[in-house]
Amino acid sequence: MSQQLHEPNLALHVEDLTVSYHGKPVLWDIDFDVPPGVMAAIVGPNGAGKSTLIKSILGLVPSIAGHVTLHGHPYRQARRRVGYVPQRSTVDWDFPTTALDVVTMGLYGRLGWLRRPGRRERREAMAALEMVGMERFAERQISQLSGGQQQRVFLARALVQNADVYFLDEPMAGVDATTERAIVDILRRLRDQGKTVIVVHHDLQTVRSYFDWMLMLNVRVIAQGPVDEVYTADNLRRAYGGQIALLDDVTSAIPGPRAPANSEEVPG
Amino acid sequence: MSLASLLGDYTLQNVVLGAAMLGLVSGVLGSFAVLRKQSLLGDTLSHAALPGVCLGFIIAGGREMGSILAGALFTGSLAALVMLLLTRMSRLKTDAALGISLSVFFAIGVVLLTYIQGTGNASQGGLDAFLFGQAAATLRSDLWIMAAVGGVALALVAGLWKEFKLVSFDAQFAATQGMPVSLLDGLMTIMIALAVVIGLQMVGVVLMAAMVIAPAVAARQWANRLESMVALSALFGILGGVVGAVISATGPGLATGPLIILSLSSVVLVSLLFAPRRGFLWEILKLRRDRRQLRYQRVLTTLYQLASHHADRHYRSEKRMLDTYLGADSRRALARLMARGLIIEQDPPPHEPGNNKRWVLTPAGCQEAERILATLGQEQAH
Repeated sequence: MSQQLHEPNLALHVEDLTVSYHGKPVLWDIDFDVPPGVMAAIVGPNGAGKSTLIKSILGLVPSIAGHVTLHGHPYRQARRRVGYVPQRSTVDWDFPTTALDVVTMGLYGRLGWLRRPGRRERREAMAALEMVGMERFAERQISQLSGGQQQRVFLARALVQNADVYFLDEPMAGVDATTERAIVDILRRLRDQGKTVIVVHHDLQTVRSYFDWMLMLNVRVIAQGPVDEVYTADNLRRAYGGQIALLDDVTSAIPGPRAPANSEEVPG
Repeated sequence: MSLASLLGDYTLQNVVLGAAMLGLVSGVLGSFAVLRKQSLLGDTLSHAALPGVCLGFIIAGGREMGSILAGALFTGSLAALVMLLLTRMSRLKTDAALGISLSVFFAIGVVLLTYIQGTGNASQGGLDAFLFGQAAATLRSDLWIMAAVGGVALALVAGLWKEFKLVSFDAQFAATQGMPVSLLDGLMTIMIALAVVIGLQMVGVVLMAAMVIAPAVAARQWANRLESMVALSALFGILGGVVGAVISATGPGLATGPLIILSLSSVVLVSLLFAPRRGFLWEILKLRRDRRQLRYQRVLTTLYQLASHHADRHYRSEKRMLDTYLGADSRRALARLMARGLIIEQDPPPHEPGNNKRWVLTPAGCQEAERILATLGQEQAH
C-alpha cells in the first residue's frame, strides 16, 4: 500500500469542481466535504446544479476543473464502493423487463465481462427487493408499476450494490407518502450501518427532519455542514434570492388552520 | 409450380436461405435499435451505404461482392460517425442529425450511381438493383459472406448480452458500473451497419430500414422480457424473409425484397391489433369495460349519496332524478345493479302522488357503495 490517500477521513471530498455547459458555468468552484456515516441533503433552487454535481462526481458529466475523492480514492478506483439512484424519469419504463431483472442490473459491474447473473445474483436481488418491500412484485413488468414502486425498484438496484457511499437524485420526487416514508427509513438504516447517503432533495420542509448534514447550492456553494447550522434564514435567502418571502414563512412555520374536510357533499 | 419443385429450385434455395439469415440477424439487432429509440439509425445507415456500393464498384472495376460490401460498411459507419459528431459538437438533436447525414450520403450515392451509368461500363447493369434489391441474383458464395457476417454479429450479442441490455435500458447507470458506454454504443451501431450490408443485395437500401424495425416492433407487442423479445423478433424476421421469398417465387415478376417487407408488415399489423395488453383490440375492450364499470359504480354511489343526504337508508330514488344528476340514461346500469341484487325496484307508496318507479339500495348495495367510496378515498390520498 504505497499509494498516497487524499483526505481518507472523508467519505466524499470535492475540491475546486467546475462544470460548464456551452461556455456557461453550471457549477463554479465547488468545495464540498461529507464525513462518513451521515445523511446529507443537497438543496438549492431549480437550475442550481444539484443533479449536475452528483453526475460530475460520478464522471457522467465532464468537469473542466477540480478533483473528487471517495474515502481517499479517486472515483475510478472507488467505483465498487459507490451506489447510484438516478432520477426515475431518465429511463424508459416501457422497456421489456421485470422488477427483479432491473435490480439484478446493480450486480452487472461486479460480474465483469462474459459472466451472466446466476442463482446467487438472483438471491441477492430478491433480498434487496424485500428490503424495499417489493418482493411480491419481483416478476412484474416494470411498466405496470406505480411511480413509487418504480422508485423503490431503483433504490433496491442501488442497495444490491452493497456500497459505502450512496448518491440519490431526487428519490422523493413524485412518490406517494408511504413510499417516501419507506425510502427515508431505508436510508436511515444505511446511515446507522455507518454508510454515507447523499441525496438531492427538493422539499425544504422535510430537510431538517430527514437529514443531519446539508449542502446549500446555487451554482456556488452557499453553505455546508450540520443541518442545524446551515438551515438559517440568511443562508436560505442567499441561496434562493427572490423566492425568500415565501421561505421566511416556512422557517417560522406554524401549521395554518385546516378547512374542515368532511362537509357533506350535496348532489346537484 | 408445386411446392416440391419449388424447394428443389437452386435459385430459390439461395434466396430463401439468404432471406432467413437476413431476417434472423436484423431481427436480433433491430430489437436493440428499437429499444434505444434509434429506429431511424437503420434507415440512415442503409441509405448511406449507397455511395459505398458505388465506390466499391469503381475501385474493383466491376460488380464484385466483397469490395461492394466493404464499401457499404465503410460509408455506413462514416455516416453514423458524422451523425454522432453532429449531436456532440452542435446543438442538433439526434433526429435532425440522422436526417441530415441520411440525405447527404444518399445524394452522393445517387450522383455516383448516375456517373457510373453514364460511363457505359459493360458490367454496370444490376448496380441500381441495390436500390430496391435483387434477391434472385443471390449466389451461394454471397450466402457464405452473409453467414460469416451474421455469425460474428450474433456471437457479439450473445457475449455482450448483459452489457447491451444495461446500456439500452439505463446508459448512465451502466457508466457508473464502469462499462465503456461509448464503445458499446459504437459497437451496436456498427453491428446494425453489418445487418444493413447483409440485406443490401436482398431488399436494397430504400427498404432495409423496415427489415430492422418491423420484426422488433412486432415482437415488442407480445414479449415481456428482452430475452423473449429478441428471440421472437428473430423468429418474425426469419418468417417474413421465407414467406416473402416463397411468394415471390410463385409468380413471374414479383420482386422479393418488397414482398419480404410486406409480409413483415402484416406481422406488425396483426401484432399492433391483437397482442394481449398492448394491442388496439385489447385497449378498446378494456376502455369499454372500464366505462361500463364506471357508470355502474357511479349510479350505485349516487343512490348511496342520495340516501345519506336524506338520512334514510331506504330512500327511494326516482330514475329521472338519477338521470339528471348523472347526465346520462341510467336504465342499463340500474338493470345490472338489480341483477346483482344491489338494488331493488319499488312502487311508490300509495299515499304519494305520481307513479314513477323508485329504486332502493339493499344492504349488500349499501356495503358495495361504501367499499367503492372507501377505495376512491384511498386513491386520492396517494
